[in-house]
Amino acid sequence: MQLTRREMLAIGAGAIAMASGLPAHAALDEIAEFTGGAEMGEGGINITAPEIAENGNTVPIGVEAKGAVAIAVYADGNPVPNVAVFKFGALNPDQSATTRIRLAKSQNVVAVAQMADGSFTMAQAPVKVTIGGCGG
Amino acid sequence: MASGVKPRVKVPKKAAAGETITIKTLISHKMESGQRKDGDGNTIPRSIINRFTADFNGQNVIDVAMEPAISTNPYFQFDAVVPEAGEFHFTWYDDDGDVYEMKKAVKVG
Repeated sequence: MQLTRREMLAIGAGAIAMASGLPAHAALDEIAEFTGGAEMGEGGINITAPEIAENGNTVPIGVEAKGAVAIAVYADGNPVPNVAVFKFGALNPDQSATTRIRLAKSQNVVAVAQMADGSFTMAQAPVKVTIGGCGG
Repeated sequence: MASGVKPRVKVPKKAAAGETITIKTLISHKMESGQRKDGDGNTIPRSIINRFTADFNGQNVIDVAMEPAISTNPYFQFDAVVPEAGEFHFTWYDDDGDVYEMKKAVKVG
């Protein structure tokens, strides 16, 4: 069942991405790897990212998901979509973190949170990049 | 050993028991992404820090798996609860096997 779903996602990704704002096809495989193909909800997760980043080499982003055990961050337009996986321990009060990332071009930053009950939730933020950051 | 690697951490020296504090960490590292090419068109091999962890008295606060998309001089900011006096232990893991460590004590009261 999972495989069928994933194939369907891959085939339909282009069309779906236009219609419902799902991340581009490039990051879907990586996200499926993180979630194990589980259904994804929405809400409960916030991304803080600039609308326009002048320098793609260092774009400040923040993620927050109350009650999450882990948050994975993806950049769907990078050569390698994976950015980072944050795992939160017992002494982390609010499951939030801020860092700086590289973005190759204008694209969506996608965050997927794994909640304590095993469910997944997703959010994304579009970032316009003036100068790309992967030295390509 | 990658050259010029220097971790910096900002942790309050004192906190009330159970207080939430904000921690800022930065480590100077070139974070070569493995995507760039040198003057002759050869790909420069990847050399990054691939993992960062922060613990307090043996209890985990945050554990980050990093990919090449993390910027040069990786910076992280996050919150932590300080239940009692103790020591934060920060660890960075380099692709080349090096481990960089830093400890910061926090007093309570």
